[in-house]
Amino acid sequence: MREERGFLRNVDGWLIFIYLMLVFIGWINIYATVFDGNHGSIFDLSRRYGMQLLFIVTAIMIAFVILLLDMRLFMNMAHVFYGMTLILLIAVLLVGTRVAGQQAWIQFAGFSFQPAEFAKFATCLFLAKYLSTSGVDLKNASAKLASMLIIFLPIGLILLQPDAGSALVFLAFVMVLYREGLPAWYIWTGFVAVTVFILDLILPLWVVAIILALVTGVLIYLNKKTLRNIASAVLLFSAAVGFAYISNYAFDQLAPHQQDRINVLIGKEVDMQGIGYNVNQSKIAIGSGGLFGRGFLEGTQTRFNFVPEQVTDFIFCTIGEEWGFLGSTVVLALFLALILRIIFLAERQRGPFVRIYGYGVAAVFFFHVFVNIGMTIGLVPIIGIPLPFISYGGSSLWAFTILLFVFIKQDASRLAF
Amino acid sequence: MRDPQKNRKRQIIAMIVVVFLIFVARLFYLQIVNTDFGRAADNNSLRNVVQHPARGLIFDRNGVLIVHNVAVYDLMVVPGQVRAMDTLKFCNLIGITIEDFRRNLQRARRHSRFVPSLFEPQLSAETFGKLQEHLFRFPGFYAVPRTVRGYPIPAAAHVLGYIGEVDNRIIENDPYYRMGDYIGKSGLELFYERYLRGERGNRIFLVDVHNRVQGSFRDGAHDVPSVPGLSLQTTLDIEVQKFAEQLMQNKRGAIVAIEPATGEVLVFVSSPAYDPNLLVGRPRSVNFRRLQNDPQRPLFNRALQAEYPPGSHFKIPIGLIAMQQGVINENTSFPCDQSQVGCRPHRTVHNMRDAQAVSCNPYFVAAFRRTIQQGEHRNPFIDSRIGLERWNEYIRSFGFGEHLRIDLPGGRRGLIPTVALYDRMHGENRWAFSTFRSVSIGQGEVGITPLQMANLAAITANRGWFITPHLVRTISDTIIPDRDFITRRYTMVDPEHFDAINWGMYDAVHAAGGTAWRARISGISVVGKTGTVQNPHGENHATFIAFAPFDEPKIAVAVFVENAGFGGAWAAPIASLVIEKYLTREIRRPHELRRVMDANFMTTAAH
Repeated sequence: MREERGFLRNVDGWLIFIYLMLVFIGWINIYATVFDGNHGSIFDLSRRYGMQLLFIVTAIMIAFVILLLDMRLFMNMAHVFYGMTLILLIAVLLVGTRVAGQQAWIQFAGFSFQPAEFAKFATCLFLAKYLSTSGVDLKNASAKLASMLIIFLPIGLILLQPDAGSALVFLAFVMVLYREGLPAWYIWTGFVAVTVFILDLILPLWVVAIILALVTGVLIYLNKKTLRNIASAVLLFSAAVGFAYISNYAFDQLAPHQQDRINVLIGKEVDMQGIGYNVNQSKIAIGSGGLFGRGFLEGTQTRFNFVPEQVTDFIFCTIGEEWGFLGSTVVLALFLALILRIIFLAERQRGPFVRIYGYGVAAVFFFHVFVNIGMTIGLVPIIGIPLPFISYGGSSLWAFTILLFVFIKQDASRLAF
Repeated sequence: MRDPQKNRKRQIIAMIVVVFLIFVARLFYLQIVNTDFGRAADNNSLRNVVQHPARGLIFDRNGVLIVHNVAVYDLMVVPGQVRAMDTLKFCNLIGITIEDFRRNLQRARRHSRFVPSLFEPQLSAETFGKLQEHLFRFPGFYAVPRTVRGYPIPAAAHVLGYIGEVDNRIIENDPYYRMGDYIGKSGLELFYERYLRGERGNRIFLVDVHNRVQGSFRDGAHDVPSVPGLSLQTTLDIEVQKFAEQLMQNKRGAIVAIEPATGEVLVFVSSPAYDPNLLVGRPRSVNFRRLQNDPQRPLFNRALQAEYPPGSHFKIPIGLIAMQQGVINENTSFPCDQSQVGCRPHRTVHNMRDAQAVSCNPYFVAAFRRTIQQGEHRNPFIDSRIGLERWNEYIRSFGFGEHLRIDLPGGRRGLIPTVALYDRMHGENRWAFSTFRSVSIGQGEVGITPLQMANLAAITANRGWFITPHLVRTISDTIIPDRDFITRRYTMVDPEHFDAINWGMYDAVHAAGGTAWRARISGISVVGKTGTVQNPHGENHATFIAFAPFDEPKIAVAVFVENAGFGGAWAAPIASLVIEKYLTREIRRPHELRRVMDANFMTTAAH
């Protein structure tokens, strides 16, 4: 039995512990990356580690506030949060500040924040609320359509900024839908589509068509007893070739730097001075860490700015270089523990709302970790999204904190529910 | 169970775990299996900067600095670190074209992407200064300070030689050298390369991606300081050297002066000369090509490598060897019989001294005949053969037919007629003295370098011995480069035979009607002998060898002026001006000086 002690009663200690660990690791590595020996105080707000410390303190204050609130507030206000987020996403397009070609920031009372970061929370909450409404079943077309709408509205608005990285995160909610009964067929279609798309880039269109024909042939052979399957196989084949043709066309429509990123990833191009530079430098930094790493503040690659965006998107390079394979594995293990713990807690909820919300949180964290670490080790194309709790930045830290602590609070309240 | 999708939980967890396992495996590969990345990281952030040693300085015999070092900057590039930049500005700063830039970068890229390559050599301190403040905008580029040669007194280019970058052949043959090192290519720079070059050092810097040096790697624990090269104390008198080069302006030829007692070379002029500063820095290749294509062949070291017929100078060893072998003595006289060889009109010759003074051709033909044909065999062919064989031993003891082992690369042996040579030319026993009688007056199959001529003058000054002529006295004030440079080499001729020769040479300068009267210097007893070398291609060559003062010789000198005609008219005054300059440090014959300086014998091409 858990001890009942004020607002902290029933709060999951594991999640709090992992959260604090990750935030601490993040700050340490931001310090190591920016450290130059000239600035003594860790509270120096002109340095990024000073700022991050401020962000961490405020994030923990936000966490406390969430734990003090009544969790029914979030469930009841889900549609309000979602609506406000959509308004903010529209507002940012109108009054936002343009940074590096993206209109993603809103300046407000001396602070600037990214609505897209908070949209993850609001969407997750609203999706959970909708799916947990009695009578909603993902086997029905209307429910599928409504869920997709909830996910794709913010995606569309964020793509207008344009911030493809943040928009992609929302695709993580497909995992939630799958858990809640979306037919596997959707997942397979997506998988085949991505496979065909990549094959399409590596091989000429006619080769892809032959491969698809062979696969179709095998499928027909395996299912030769029923004519219906043959018909659907031929139909699928035509659809796949059509998709290959369209994706070819679509790829040509992408901006050149996006084409390059994809080409570099699939190994079609090796341009170490252009887009390949980031990945290459990142791999060099991580690879130079070895088993034990170079040690705290001893990294040469990250400290001397060989790795781009190193305190934000490429912070994992610093971890890899200074803490080596062991340190990197510890960080990965922490994330895995975080995600599995969330799923575990989500599954033990009585009501569907918290379960769905928990899956959403786990999906968002997983997607971020998958893409962020995946790109630094060269397994995923470069998509600029932060590593939760570790990357430098106030908006993302606050948003992830809210995402996590709302779940913690709900989990803690489950007995009172 | 209310929830029909429970199995999907397991699928999702399985997928997440698999992704994390793949990541761990990938990290294992990147960080532990594949070591290339660690090495690439060192290249990224550690910069090995070669510390080029300063080459040794070169001084003249009076301690005057004649070769020093000037700071320049080699612009290096690490192609893998070059990012998009303002190429045009960069090119303007260092004074190259965009095409040069592309070509240089391409070449560096072919060499290596991560190892620094030389991008543009030898930026002057001024050019580098302009570039330096902008260097942070050009990642991948950095400058390495190094030194090139500077010559405060633009003289003695042929002796000093020049340096250049090592080529692949040198790198393959000598493990010391690395790409970008400099090596002596000629002259003393080449001969004393081992001492002059010093020891290359290395410093390791930490640099960031913006090409900014962040400090020493591990506080310089792995740095190797460079060791400067050793200095050379040469035997040259740079003041006289420069003066001698001026005397030879608009003339082809050579002047070599030696201190007889020590074998130290005081003056070593090959003309036309060139300013050694031309072969330094970025204009070097252009200037080098121009000098190479010059029809007057300024890069050719005539003093060391030109094999001229010695003309009348050869009468000195001819007479000496004849006396030493006892076929004549100093009082022997021969009539001036011009049936076989011509002669200038002169007073009656009573003895060797007279013969030397007036340089009587028939006298020395007769003396040489006696030396070669001593009647040891009935067959005159075989008799000549025996005589020539024996004479060869004697003449070689004068340092003829060998390159004298002077401390300069590329010395020539000259040509001394041998039995083998005539056998090859005419067939065995089909030649006799008459075949090569012109050798007795220094024509025909005889070739002597100006250095050997000057050495002959030193031998006469020393009365029978010499020390191997050399240009370096000590290295770093202590090391004597070669024992030969302090060891006397005796000729096979005894000292007493030199009286007649030396007095004859004294008369040539000082007696009424002497051929070398223009060599007279008031207060100094110059001893000399003129030579006029017949030249079938054009105007005769003028030569003169001399030493002074007579009683205590301080300088022995040989002068060769191509196409200048009679030796007494041009070579003698040049030699005497050099002697005067060296012994008195001033010229009290401005008229003679002007006459020599104004003379021009370069109107024709070199023969």
